[in-house]
Amino acid sequence: MIQSIVTAFLSAVLIENFVLVRFLGICPFLGVSKKINTALGMGAAVIFVMGVASGATWLLQEYVLKSFKIEYLQTIGFIVVIAALVQFVEMVIQKTSRQLYQALGVYLPLITTNCAVLGVCLINVQKGSDLLNSFLYGIFAGVGFTLAIVLFAGIRERLEYADVPQSLKGIPISLISASLVSLAFFGFQGLIK
Amino acid sequence: MYEVVVAASVLGGMGALLGIGLSYASKVFAVEIDERVVQIRDVLPGANCGACGLAGCDSFADAVVQGKAQVNGCPVGGDAAAQKIAAVMGVEAAGVKRVAARVLCNGRCSVSTEKYIYRGLNDCFAAAQLFGGHKSCAYGCLGHGSCMAACPFNAIVITGGVARVIEDRCRACGKCVAACPKKLIEIVPKEKKYSVLCRSRDKGAVTKKNCEVGCIGCTRCVKACRYGAISMEGSLAKIDVEKCTGCGECTSVCPTMAIRKMDYDD
Repeated sequence: MIQSIVTAFLSAVLIENFVLVRFLGICPFLGVSKKINTALGMGAAVIFVMGVASGATWLLQEYVLKSFKIEYLQTIGFIVVIAALVQFVEMVIQKTSRQLYQALGVYLPLITTNCAVLGVCLINVQKGSDLLNSFLYGIFAGVGFTLAIVLFAGIRERLEYADVPQSLKGIPISLISASLVSLAFFGFQGLIK
Repeated sequence: MYEVVVAASVLGGMGALLGIGLSYASKVFAVEIDERVVQIRDVLPGANCGACGLAGCDSFADAVVQGKAQVNGCPVGGDAAAQKIAAVMGVEAAGVKRVAARVLCNGRCSVSTEKYIYRGLNDCFAAAQLFGGHKSCAYGCLGHGSCMAACPFNAIVITGGVARVIEDRCRACGKCVAACPKKLIEIVPKEKKYSVLCRSRDKGAVTKKNCEVGCIGCTRCVKACRYGAISMEGSLAKIDVEKCTGCGECTSVCPTMAIRKMDYDD
């Protein structure tokens, strides 16, 4: 049991990192990675949303879609449920904790139905995981996203002061560095046999 | 046919259920927003430019109501917006202190010494990463103009190797405060003209060696001030802007002219 969880963790965070290996969630990865602080906030929000969405969509898949034999409506059904759920959670957070809302809440609407979040849910279904494993995989995928975005934010903070050729300044050099980080992550392939 | 009906009704039902649930939740979890926040938000330009130093117009409106920002804090809206916000808050816009940024270092190239010759990027943060900058004084203005670049109103100039704020142009947005690696810039009331233009925490002798116009901690200004507005923080004099009357006594006794009257408006 523990061994399988560790394996799942390593595979979701390093080997099949959502951003750097599967290329999901590139939009927030490039958009919110200018500062380490905001990257951490975004990462926390993604971990949270991925965990919750994985659980919720598993329930939807098992008890609604399967029982009506309409599994082909997966994508649209998942989007509806995740969007509604995140909206709801945002409301609850705004009501209950102002600090948490400021730390996490502002990022929630940005990722309601991000492709990485939807990706986690669809991969869970493909794998045929049970509820607990789906939930864990969601959390781990979020951790992987956080790792990627925080690493990249650190690089971009340094890039601000680097002597970059005029034509590569800004987005081009960011994309080049992102691809190099991604290449580095491909080095983890084959870590688990 | 049957399949279509099932699919449509399940998805439609799900959407309706979630929609009703959400609208109910928005009532249950409604957060009471101070109506003044909404009113202030309406008179702001809504550009979310961040020139006030906050995340956007919503944050600014929130900060004003909480007393964390001043009614004239929106540089884009200017006096017109300030009047309206003041009306919402029930205060006089004219009674609000005009504030401006001030660079607390006067160590121009001609009066300060250098550790090494810096030939790197023209950026204070880059320079500060190399042994804390090229100035012998670890607290002084490096003069590469990161604050000047950050200023949206062209209110900062570099003269003689140190940054200066042209207070007429300054809207106290605070962007330069964040852009200074040495934390030399402070937002101060405009009418308080006298400032200790030094942030050196070194002992007097060390400061003296590094810079001719640094505060050497002689405490003469403390004794000279009749209003008790000056106190010592270690070996650095500090003027309490609340107590300062602007008599200028301290300037006349300061042996290094570290305390100056600010009249750089041009």
